[in-house]
Amino acid sequence: MPHDHYDHHHLSPSGHPYREDNDAPLSYWQTMEIAIREIMIEKGEFTAAEVNAQIEAMDARNPTNGAKVVARAWDEPSFKAALLADGSKATREMGFDIGPMNLVAVENTEDTHNVIVCTLCSCYPRNLLGLPPDWYKTREYRSRTVKEPRKVLAEFGVDLPEATTCRVHDSTADMRYIVLPARPAGTEGWSQEQLAELVTRDSMIGTGLPKVPG
Amino acid sequence: MSKSPDHPEHDFPEARRWHDMGGDAAGPVPNDQHDFALWEKRVDALMILGSARGHFTVDGLRRCLEDMGEKAFEEMTYYERWVASVNQNFIEAGVYTLEELGAKMEEVKARGDTYGAAQNA
Amino acid sequence: MLEAGAQVRIRDMSPPGHIRTPHYLRGKTGVIERALGPYENPEQRAYCLPAPEKQLYRVRFSMRELWGDEAETPDDTLDAEIYEHWIDTHAA
Repeated sequence: MPHDHYDHHHLSPSGHPYREDNDAPLSYWQTMEIAIREIMIEKGEFTAAEVNAQIEAMDARNPTNGAKVVARAWDEPSFKAALLADGSKATREMGFDIGPMNLVAVENTEDTHNVIVCTLCSCYPRNLLGLPPDWYKTREYRSRTVKEPRKVLAEFGVDLPEATTCRVHDSTADMRYIVLPARPAGTEGWSQEQLAELVTRDSMIGTGLPKVPG
Repeated sequence: MSKSPDHPEHDFPEARRWHDMGGDAAGPVPNDQHDFALWEKRVDALMILGSARGHFTVDGLRRCLEDMGEKAFEEMTYYERWVASVNQNFIEAGVYTLEELGAKMEEVKARGDTYGAAQNA
Repeated sequence: MLEAGAQVRIRDMSPPGHIRTPHYLRGKTGVIERALGPYENPEQRAYCLPAPEKQLYRVRFSMRELWGDEAETPDDTLDAEIYEHWIDTHAA
């Protein structure tokens, strides 16, 4: 099947078409991917349908899931308490399929800003937010964020006041992290759907802030 | 424990491996972004399914990525490194042999010159 | 089992292999932020070997402790997850 149903007319989670690489010269590593997949299917380890289902499940995970979690935490104090106490349990109870992921939510307040990095590889709460942005996996982000977080944040357009404490979280082991941003002023009485519109991917990594209402 | 005067924190600078980069100096964080290609998503799926079948752990995958070295990190794309690591772990687990893989890769290559054309018709 | 608030020092050793304790934390002193419970030792898991569970902790360090005079803002903090066998309970 030279054109299987994923290419060209499906949109990626970012809303852009998938890179149209099916017509580029076949690479060694692509050859390996096809070969492994076919061997595994022939051996009965898994089916082609399972591979497709896995891709669909991953595509369904994107930052809007996290935005719903954040908006609910802003709106319901009891949910916020539950999220901060046990991030995995709270998000599972909301109905998100996060698999075996252990999620820790860290809260931004008036005087505290949190930011997430993985210096050893690129651990990311992918089972809730989808695959990480490319910059999250770069040497520059991984190296510098633990030593000069404020300079890194400034590059993302986030200028922390001196009085704000910056807490960096290096995702070194079994936990995955999500930042619970501070609720923007001027959103009193908003519905969770309206609130979720303000929550960006980067605000949940800590390299951004929620959108300003209006 | 004796400390080198040049490296007061650690006895042997070479003991710090390339991937352990926290605290290093580096340039501005690049902001270019690409959307994942189908073959990359398939590598991701192979990783999840292989792990779910109990053939390896995420730590085993990372161990191979680390052992591939800094040159691979600089010169290969993320999912090129991951497919290499997934394969290494499948081989180590005895799921298939190098001969099986080699023969299948030749078969795939013979189907066509593009990723689309090389799929099993 | 260590409690939140306990002061700990991260062991300074450098065997090769798949290790989840970054070098920049080795030999540094921090405070247990919370205990996370038992998790399989990734140093064994990386080779598909039997991996006994180790207690995992979130440890908080000040930037002053990690980077000394080079710290960007000394009172900012860094949290990382550290397995029990990387914590030197005698040195704190």
